[in-house]
Amino acid sequence: MTQLNKPRPEFRNINAFTDLTTYRLPPAGWVSILHRISGILMFLLMPFIVWMFDSSLSSEISYDSFTSAFTAGLGFVPGWFVKLVALALIWAYLHHLIAGVRHLYMDATHSVTKEFGASSAYVVLALSIGLTVILGAKLFGLY
Amino acid sequence: MAINYGSKRVVVGAHYGTRDWLAQRVTAALIALFTLIVLAKLLLTSGPIGYETWAGVFASQWMKTLTFSVLVGLFYHAWVGVRDIWMDYVKPPGIRLALHVFTIVWLVGCLGWAIQVLWRL
Repeated sequence: MTQLNKPRPEFRNINAFTDLTTYRLPPAGWVSILHRISGILMFLLMPFIVWMFDSSLSSEISYDSFTSAFTAGLGFVPGWFVKLVALALIWAYLHHLIAGVRHLYMDATHSVTKEFGASSAYVVLALSIGLTVILGAKLFGLY
Repeated sequence: MAINYGSKRVVVGAHYGTRDWLAQRVTAALIALFTLIVLAKLLLTSGPIGYETWAGVFASQWMKTLTFSVLVGLFYHAWVGVRDIWMDYVKPPGIRLALHVFTIVWLVGCLGWAIQVLWRL
């Protein structure tokens, strides 16, 4: 290498509150960290997901308890909060799926340019957030 | 290289290689394909979607078998992903091992429950 790299600032003992907040993540970075967050969210909520799978599928009686969870609530949890958790799961699944397809596409086609990384990240964010808004409006009965 | 045997043996390593890398992508493609199949089955029915339609999606034997395979794939996919998160952020081996054990118990429990639901349909 003929040209010396320009000196970069060094970060040691990174503080989560004073240093992390000064980082400006590029769009691909947002897609990446949200991929993790959505993944861990679905992992932690997996018992609720399996409960929905169980109650919606097992019988017509359990199906009624499934649908009433979204209106009358589930145990001490009010119905609107169950809807909110379902919306979080909708977003998590959409983001994880679309960002995952981006991963697979990049692996298969070796699309590793900076430009494609940024533009495809914008597509992922627009699609996942847009679809979440549309489905969320349906879930909360706006149309 | 640091000592990596006896009482110093690292028991929570990554098993470096392509096995999990490839498994993560194969299971992801399988889950994406399964999502499309379920969506297609739901969208191709006419009228409002109630219990009959929803239960009908999983009624056939091939769909039950496919769902079983996807559930096992999903379990492995979640294990690789969550393990990678622990390995990136949690450094003390004791805490990491505890989190790995929790992750396996959590995932195996959920998998067993989901298969129980599927099997008795």
